[in-house]
Order: sequence, then structure tokens, then C-alpha cells
Amino acid sequence: MPVIEELTKGDVVATRTIDITRADLIRYAGASGDFNPIHWSEATAQAAELPGVIAHGMLTMGLVIDLVTEWTNDPTAIIDYQTRFSGMVPVTETTHTSNPATPFDNPNAGAKLDVVAKVGAIDEENKIVRVDLTVTNPREDGARVLTRAQAKVQL
Amino acid sequence: MTVDITGRQYPAVGPYQVGSEEIRRFAAAVKNTHPLHYDADAARAAGHKDLVAPPTFLVSIAQRAEALMVNDPEAAVDFSRVVHSDQRFTHHRAVVAGDELFAQATLTSVKELAGNRMLTTQTEVTNADQAPVATITSTLLIRG
Repeated sequence: MPVIEELTKGDVVATRTIDITRADLIRYAGASGDFNPIHWSEATAQAAELPGVIAHGMLTMGLVIDLVTEWTNDPTAIIDYQTRFSGMVPVTETTHTSNPATPFDNPNAGAKLDVVAKVGAIDEENKIVRVDLTVTNPREDGARVLTRAQAKVQL
Repeated sequence: MTVDITGRQYPAVGPYQVGSEEIRRFAAAVKNTHPLHYDADAARAAGHKDLVAPPTFLVSIAQRAEALMVNDPEAAVDFSRVVHSDQRFTHHRAVVAGDELFAQATLTSVKELAGNRMLTTQTEVTNADQAPVATITSTLLIRG
């Protein structure tokens, strides 16, 4: 567990690049029970005027919190976690041009997220640190995917 | 929409049984790798009764509670036009395998914005002893 007295507002506590594939979307649909076809059917996504199959916002929110859990080494330290879903994450087809034995050959397949976790605020009295997550899409010129993504951590 | 239904409370859903395999499957799906999500011995060593759920695990029970609002004819939600706008989880205690949970949604806000509608629900998750487990706030944007 990090020591609150050693933290300063603005400290970068973790960074990560996360890959998302169509297989991840299917797995998340099954695990969460969210089977909205815009997350797995290209035709449905396009009919809904979307750029194509997009990642579940809740998948993105779930993926990026792992940085904070790894930092605290305790998932129950995260007492509050919120975000606004400000940018869609299109996840392009992973397998259509490929040999099934090497389905991830296409370097542009799927999606990527760049995540930076910083100390946003420190409440020494209550031993709570707010970690601000900046989540951007390098395939869309670094557009913001999540806005005001904040986790409050009880240290 | 002619009826103002802000403040409407929907019935609680549940009991929802939290299972070990469900925690493992959800944690793997969101690539949350901490051992407390997978290893019951590690969870007990850390003082928990059993496997600990990841921070966003309660989305599935919250969405079951919110579905009562989404399917309420007076809320007039066209599901094909829905975009998830905001989400918040406030955790009052850890969720562990073996928990029996209930979730009750309230429609707390309805806003009209440039032809779109934003509906906010607040869902209170409680355990079998009616103790608070989490407060989950979701905002759906229905594109006009």
C-alpha cells in the first residue's frame, strides 16, 4: 500500500497501454450480461450510426481501474470510482484477413487505450487519495475516451 | 413524454447470489489481475470471507435494477438510441463470493438537452442484512 505522506499532487503513479480485441468484447458481454449488439455486430453498429463495433463503456472503465488496484495492491481500497464516457472506442475486426493460426497479425486490428494515473488530490486527515485517470485513444489522435475518471482510494 | 416521473422508485431486484466463478470470470473479462479476485486462500489471508469482487463488478446487478426504468413505458427509453453517459460506484463495503445482494433503483433526474434526454438512476445495493453495500449512479443519454 502506498504511503500517503510520500505522495504529492501531480505524481504519476502508473501508466499503461491496453489492447482491446473483438474477443475481449465478446468475453465482457458474457461476463457482464450486456449483450447489446452494437458491441459485437458491425451491421447493427452501423445501423445505429456508429463508426462500427464499439467497446462497452463499462469494459473500458473496468479495464483502466486495474492500474489503481495494482498500485494500491488492494481492490477494496477503491472506495469510489466514477467517470464520464466522452469518446467511443471503435474496435476493428481482428481476424478477417488472417490465418486462423495467427489471428492477431493485423497491426491495426482491435483498439488501444493509453492510460496515465496521477495523484489528483490528497486528504491526509481521512487518508484518502484521489487518483485521476487520463484515458486516451492513440488511434484517434489521442482523443479522450473517459473524462473526469477518478478513483478515491482509502490508504 | 407527458408524465414527470422524476423520483420514481422501482422495486428491488434480488436476491442476487454472488458466485466465485462469476467473480473470476468478470475479473478476467476486465483484465483485473489481483489475486483477491481469483485465490480464495489469498482473500481469507487478507481478512475476507471469500473471493473479492472487482471495483466495477456490481454493474450487472445495477443494470438489472435499472432495466425496470429502461422498460418503464412512461420513461419512454428507445434502447437502440441509448448511450451510456456517466457511471459512478461508491463502495460501502467489499463484495465477496457468497453475498446475497438486493438492488433498488430510483430515477433521480430527467433532463432535456438539445433534443436528447438524459436519465439518471441511483441504485442502492444492500446485503441480506439490509446493510448498505454500494451506491451506483448511472446516466443514460437517449439520442434524439
